[in-house]
Amino acid sequence: MTANGPAFRLLPRLEPENEFFWTSGADGRLRFLRCQDCRSFIHPPYPRCPDCLSADVAVEPVSGRASLVAYTVNEHPWMPGGEPYIIGLVAIDEQESVRLTTNLVGVEPADVVTGMALEVTFEQCDDVYLPLFRPVGGSPS
Amino acid sequence: MNTNEPLERRAAITGIGQSAVGRHLGRSELDLTIEACLAAVTDAGLTRDDIDGLATYPGMGVGTPGFAGPTTPEVQDALRLSLDWHDGGGEGPGQMRALIAACLAVGAGLARHVLVYRTVTESTAQGSGGRQGIGGGGDGVPRYSGFLQWTLPFGAVSAVNWIALVAQRRMHEFGLTRQQLGQVALNARRNAGLNPSAIYREPMDLDGYLSARMISTPLCLFDCDAPSDGSTAFVVSHRDYAPDAPRVSCHVNAVGTALRGRPSWDQFDDMTTMAARDAAASMWERTELTPADVDVAQLYDGFSILAMVWLEAMGFCGRGESGPFVADGSAIALDGVLPLNTAGGQLSGGRLHGFGLIHEACVQLRGEAGDRQVVRSGGKVPEVAAVSNGGGPIAGSLLLTRGRG
Repeated sequence: MTANGPAFRLLPRLEPENEFFWTSGADGRLRFLRCQDCRSFIHPPYPRCPDCLSADVAVEPVSGRASLVAYTVNEHPWMPGGEPYIIGLVAIDEQESVRLTTNLVGVEPADVVTGMALEVTFEQCDDVYLPLFRPVGGSPS
Repeated sequence: MNTNEPLERRAAITGIGQSAVGRHLGRSELDLTIEACLAAVTDAGLTRDDIDGLATYPGMGVGTPGFAGPTTPEVQDALRLSLDWHDGGGEGPGQMRALIAACLAVGAGLARHVLVYRTVTESTAQGSGGRQGIGGGGDGVPRYSGFLQWTLPFGAVSAVNWIALVAQRRMHEFGLTRQQLGQVALNARRNAGLNPSAIYREPMDLDGYLSARMISTPLCLFDCDAPSDGSTAFVVSHRDYAPDAPRVSCHVNAVGTALRGRPSWDQFDDMTTMAARDAAASMWERTELTPADVDVAQLYDGFSILAMVWLEAMGFCGRGESGPFVADGSAIALDGVLPLNTAGGQLSGGRLHGFGLIHEACVQLRGEAGDRQVVRSGGKVPEVAAVSNGGGPIAGSLLLTRGRG
């Protein structure tokens, strides 16, 4: 069975600081806050760059490419439906210190390999676009 | 007085107490708390009139049902305590933050005898159904802010999911195996068999462990602690009182409180260690003792993998070497080089959320552990115990030494 994700999605509350992130997938692009001075990506979003403390921060798109840091196949029916599903921890290609907890989709649990190359795909739930990840070059989920 | 001495060394645990511990006890959290607190006060040779400080973790209704325990105002009022210092809260170096705060209050002269408690009724709160994740089981569909917004939408709804990522990463980096992981659970079960208060005492073998239901790979049912009801309490006194206390006192040698990496389950720089690395390092920076001096270890095992993370963080074995260290079970057994979680830990003893481990460290140092008592070379009772609480970005640690016998 190819994993998708939990059948029922708990969702983030959209607030001024995070709305750009959770709605970014409307055009298929993943975005993060980025310091316009030292150029480091900032996640979760903060009012200033935690590295150089510049207040000049802006939302920028990224490639959507990432690598798999770790994963787990959840088999417990916390909210029955959809299990097993794969929870992945991914690091974006642009900056490996920026990680997302996500679901791996379009891949068999047995075919998941730590370090594998991934690309973003979005699942829309109400007004939220959840960034999920699939193997690079995989078929659209 | 040595002014360079760490302040926490002015504190000693002079009394310990524990309520009934079990599954589905059906008793209120305040009822269990009072039972444990009164036992600790009596054990310290005191009465409630002597208690001038009160502390708990976390209090004030945080977390899932049955998690928080009663607040300090409730306990103060229920026992009609007259307090010079009081503290409750959920942020800080693990569950033992309350104990550490009490040590510092005693060291600073804000109080002389602080009652510290932690109470859980998660088994009764769970009812007859299974364990729930965060956000599960309630009415309506709330939305989530803060850290939970980054995990709950992806079905990472329980600490087991977050910690499974740590375990899997350790398999990738260090070659950790399920057979090695299982030794932590089997050790806990063996020790629980010698503890009349433990929740799960039936023998378990490696086949039984490996065939258990998977929860979130690579963690199975027996890698997760057992939701329990129970309260644990301590009296933290100024060490000046120790000679007058009726029981052997457990002196606080050093506490570990650091959090130097990012305080996040998924952004911490080293996924294989997280905050345990920082707390343990800061503890060793405050003492002349070394890992080789430790006679018994009570390391947080809310999940089996966390005890392995702590073994390395504490320096009992090298980084990435906890798998081989536990592999045949002998090193961590009661007669091993480092007896671990001697009352069954949280995995089999019950999830008293950190405080059960501190309690067992005291029981061992006092030489009151009965069939599971650790005996060091020369037939001696342990002199030094290491304790840790927490996992992921939450960690605190403690070194205790045996007072006069």
